[in-house]
Amino acid sequence: MDRFSWSNGLLEIDETLVIQQRGVRLYDGDDKAKLDLGVALLSTHRLIWRDVKNHECCIAMPLSQIIFFEEQAGGIGKSAKIVVHLHPAPANKEPGPYQHSKYSFIKLSFKEHGQIEFHRRLTEEMTQKRWENTPVSQPIPTGTGPQAGRTRAVGIVGIERKIEERRKETDKNISEAKEMVELSRSIANKIKDKQGDITEDETIRFKSYLLSMGIANPVTRETHGSGTHYHMQLAKQLGDMLQAPLEERGGMMALTEVYCLVNRARGMELLSPEDLLNACKMFESLKLPLRLRVFDSGVMVVQLQSHSEEEMIASALDNVSDKGSLTAEEFAKLLGLSVLLSKERLLLAEKMGHLCRDDSVEGLRFYPNLF
Amino acid sequence: MSFEWPWQYNFPPFFTLQPNVDTRQKQLAAWCSLALSYCRHHKLYTLDVMEAQESPVFNNKKIERKLSMEAIQVVFEELRKKGNLEWLDKNKSRCLVMWRRPEEWGKLIYQWVSKNGMVNSVFTLYELSNGDDTEGEEFHGLEEWMLLRSLQALQTEGRAEIITMDDGKGVKFF
Repeated sequence: MDRFSWSNGLLEIDETLVIQQRGVRLYDGDDKAKLDLGVALLSTHRLIWRDVKNHECCIAMPLSQIIFFEEQAGGIGKSAKIVVHLHPAPANKEPGPYQHSKYSFIKLSFKEHGQIEFHRRLTEEMTQKRWENTPVSQPIPTGTGPQAGRTRAVGIVGIERKIEERRKETDKNISEAKEMVELSRSIANKIKDKQGDITEDETIRFKSYLLSMGIANPVTRETHGSGTHYHMQLAKQLGDMLQAPLEERGGMMALTEVYCLVNRARGMELLSPEDLLNACKMFESLKLPLRLRVFDSGVMVVQLQSHSEEEMIASALDNVSDKGSLTAEEFAKLLGLSVLLSKERLLLAEKMGHLCRDDSVEGLRFYPNLF
Repeated sequence: MSFEWPWQYNFPPFFTLQPNVDTRQKQLAAWCSLALSYCRHHKLYTLDVMEAQESPVFNNKKIERKLSMEAIQVVFEELRKKGNLEWLDKNKSRCLVMWRRPEEWGKLIYQWVSKNGMVNSVFTLYELSNGDDTEGEEFHGLEEWMLLRSLQALQTEGRAEIITMDDGKGVKFF
């Protein structure tokens, strides 16, 4: 534990946050460190730890100090840990919580899990060694007494500034964009954790930043955020959720109707249109009893797999013959469908040659095809 | 005898150009047939497109439907492809309507000529279209341009020859 130095926890210009995990306790070798529970942060350059109760208590260590590390599985009453073996501290190391230690390793104990992901990221960073490309100076320790207000404002503005810089770099370099997303995710987690660093207003502001960056769902419980895995889960959820509404509506609903229905039901974790669309595209491959279908006009619907098109068209023809002629609106009223879907059905019947159209100033009417 | 309208004439969709290709084909066939029989009935040989839009053929006041200008052009083009119509001007505002094609007229005329044993005789055009002898024949009253076309068709077949005389044209049948 004597490799750590006091830190203000602020990231440097070229330093990016990779992952953070709360509920981490530190061990000096095999002994519990006097530092209790906190948040462990991994950046491209350093390993940082901040006390959850006292935010000014923050320590950091350059990643270059790490020789190697390994996982230590948890057990009954014991949390999983990562054991990190370290080089000796350099002579010019800034002061930290421990002047001296008899151990050359520390442990990170993950009281609230997250060790798998942390371990994975640490592995990545230690492989890529990004700190070698963009060395940062050791941040000047601010000691134990910076004004609480100023730290808060500086912290947020600093991160905001980094967001701005990242934005510009994104235009030039795709890999920079990836870092951007990582940063946003960590901010999102911070919002979730509500560590008190951020006020309500700022929370809302951050959420809007995230939305503008295209991360519509800031609170994600998946370690793999918005990936295919997420869409698969979503598709299954939709499969269950939509059965009853579809049956009520004659087996077919426009995608826009589905979007409204689903988001109204969810309330909080709203789906983006892209996510809904991507999930619907997976219905067939997941062998769910639903299908996404696109009409010639571009209108997209979700329909029950059991839905039979021929039946629909035959019944459409019956309806029209019965009444002599029908407009899309009249047909919609007759069947209890939306006008959009009723029109699609009539158009399909026309395409099949069962109906023909009468287009005049009075509107568009469909007749049985007597030609 | 008054003109008998086909059932499609009172079917509103008849006046909307159908998007379904198969349906459209049937629709156009019906339109061509209607236009030609109407012209035949009223012995119309030329049509003015502007006037046509208001004529009862393309405008059914009873059901308040009429063919759009675009659709009329499509019908006319269809007639032209079949050989029943010829544009008189580049702007496509006036056309000749051949509800019987020149070849068909030629055949009728030749039949009459040979039936009456008049092969190898010479006729003036006037004699053929307006002569007493031809009264009662379908080609009686045929407009000159149409008669000429018909005879030209026969000429191509080698069954007649058009000759220029002092006061007009004549024809000899073989």
